[in-house]
Amino acid sequence: MSREKALVDAAWAEANRDNPKVVLVEVDEDVSAYDKGHIPGAVRLDWKSELQDPIIRDFVNKEQFEKLLSGKGIANDDTVVLYGGNNNWFAAYAYWYFNLYGHADVRLLDGGRKKWELDGRELTAEVSPRTATTYTAKEPRTDIRAFREEVVAAIGEKALVDVRSPDEFSGKLLAPAHLPQEQSQRAGHIPTAKNIPWAKTANEDGTFRSNDELTKLYGEAGVDLSREIIAYCRIGERSAHTWFALHELLDLPGVKNYDGSWTEYGSLVGVPIEKGA
Amino acid sequence: MAKETVIQGVVVRGGEPVSTGYARLLDEGGDFTAEVPLSATGQFRFFARPGQWTVRALVPGASGEQKVVARQGEPIDTQVEVTA
Repeated sequence: MSREKALVDAAWAEANRDNPKVVLVEVDEDVSAYDKGHIPGAVRLDWKSELQDPIIRDFVNKEQFEKLLSGKGIANDDTVVLYGGNNNWFAAYAYWYFNLYGHADVRLLDGGRKKWELDGRELTAEVSPRTATTYTAKEPRTDIRAFREEVVAAIGEKALVDVRSPDEFSGKLLAPAHLPQEQSQRAGHIPTAKNIPWAKTANEDGTFRSNDELTKLYGEAGVDLSREIIAYCRIGERSAHTWFALHELLDLPGVKNYDGSWTEYGSLVGVPIEKGA
Repeated sequence: MAKETVIQGVVVRGGEPVSTGYARLLDEGGDFTAEVPLSATGQFRFFARPGQWTVRALVPGASGEQKVVARQGEPIDTQVEVTA
């Protein structure tokens, strides 16, 4: 993947929004944002109720994903352009997810909803449903998703990137300061992990920093980009954003997102934990 | 709410609330912590921890910021003025 293939800008989205083979998909932390206004023609994806299994802690499975995308009117050969608020936080999570199930052409709208709004571009509350399709997903990829055994084995072997806030990393907090505190049993971080908060990859307007700036950011934090990398956060969404920066923009091949993240690792019995900065 | 640390307020331009835009919460080092869209009446609210924060507002064509000190159990009400 490369920056040119993974990102589109607002002008591109505006020029292509009437193309029937381009599907704009809004994915927000605040799932009500779409109702107030969205890019004309965009469909909504709810990261929690539609992408998470309602019973067990996991994704929806292949069949559920196929049903979901068929119902949204997304075809296998459509170009899917994801966007959302908060630096594309949840849109990047959905991007990783679409990759996991092998969608051929998926991109992020650089700057997401925020830049679109700050540029004064059009939003509408009108919903434009698409005709249902018969979507076929591939078997979930395992080369971009890390599981707990691999993470424990990666200590001292691979580069671990903890993208949470410094207070979560040091063990002062269990969740971002602005959110209700979801509990893992223990606070701290995985030994040897470097702390590069996820939003450092973005400019104030939500667009991603340049590849040179990203390389400098991780280099200065002591991450060896020539090694295999596992990114994690608290529940796997912020680290999907970092996965996008490393795997898709910097085009590094061996990058995985550990979606179990701290809520899983910090509750495992007997695994090593470090505290402090 | 009594135990929470809350930073809330309104974003104004020329004294009038701004309905389109975003409030960003930056920590004492200036690093991004959270971001919320403004309500139709220009309001925002963050849950935070006690300490020094900066609320930075971005609206179409303008921005502004306000430093606040948050304390547990005492919601901080602030106003952020934006200018071009």
